[in-house]
Amino acid sequence: MTTETIPAPRSSYTPPRKRRVNWEKWGWLYMRVSGLFLVVLIFGHLFVNLVSGAGVRAIDFAFVAGKWADPFWMVWDTLMLVLALIHGANGMRTVTNDYAHRPILRKTLLGAILVSTVVLLVLGILVIYTFDPCPSNAIAGTLPAFCKAH
Amino acid sequence: MPENSAGTLAPPPAAKPKIKPPRRFAGTLYRGREGMWSWVLHRITGIAIYFFLLVHILDTSIVRISPQAYNGVINEYKTPLMGLGELALVIAIGFHALNGLRIILIDFWSVGARHQRLMFVIVILLWIVLVAGFAPRQIMNIILEAQGHGSA
Repeated sequence: MTTETIPAPRSSYTPPRKRRVNWEKWGWLYMRVSGLFLVVLIFGHLFVNLVSGAGVRAIDFAFVAGKWADPFWMVWDTLMLVLALIHGANGMRTVTNDYAHRPILRKTLLGAILVSTVVLLVLGILVIYTFDPCPSNAIAGTLPAFCKAH
Repeated sequence: MPENSAGTLAPPPAAKPKIKPPRRFAGTLYRGREGMWSWVLHRITGIAIYFFLLVHILDTSIVRISPQAYNGVINEYKTPLMGLGELALVIAIGFHALNGLRIILIDFWSVGARHQRLMFVIVILLWIVLVAGFAPRQIMNIILEAQGHGSA
């Protein structure tokens, strides 16, 4: 009268799989999440720069200086830069993988995308956070009105 | 009634089976029709926007050189040709954004894939509304700039 334990049928031994980060999955998710943010960020950017007021006619150094005097637009533009550039670079990576069949060409293009993305991210962030709205090399009449206090 | 009982067992009178003529290929989510053309447009607009973004980061970076250098470059954006380029850019961004939202709904909304065709029609309609709203504004700004009315 012993209780018998019957092994579950067809359960073969499976070696524990090594857990790796599924980068394609996270890239896929990134495109959707960043896309959602970019819809708001870019339509806001387009409205303020191309629609409201005098539209594209109003854009000059003083216009940019006026925007970046406000931390709100600095953060806005930083988010837009980072999210859009990585979104675009990842999209171009997909396109490259689809059409560039020769391994050397493919690796070269992917490398170019990576390098240009890193360079432009660093450049863009430096420009936003080292920006001087009242530079000393300015020709008269190009500075925003609030520089007269200097 | 022998014929009656036999009739119930016999196969129904031979009606000619209706064979429908082959229909036009109706497509799948990704092959043919809305699914494929939305993908094609999404890819073309995406690549175009990407190359504009590269240039736009570089031209904006000129604010760091000097105000006059930046103003010189940005004045190029106010010429009629570039004004139409901005219109084309907004048209591309409009489709990419709206179809991007459709893709998100296909992937995350439980019945999204079922309604992808209807959502494509909605994308096109909203796109037309968006462009119809922006184009007159942009063309007005191009004309005013060409007539010498600056930022005012």
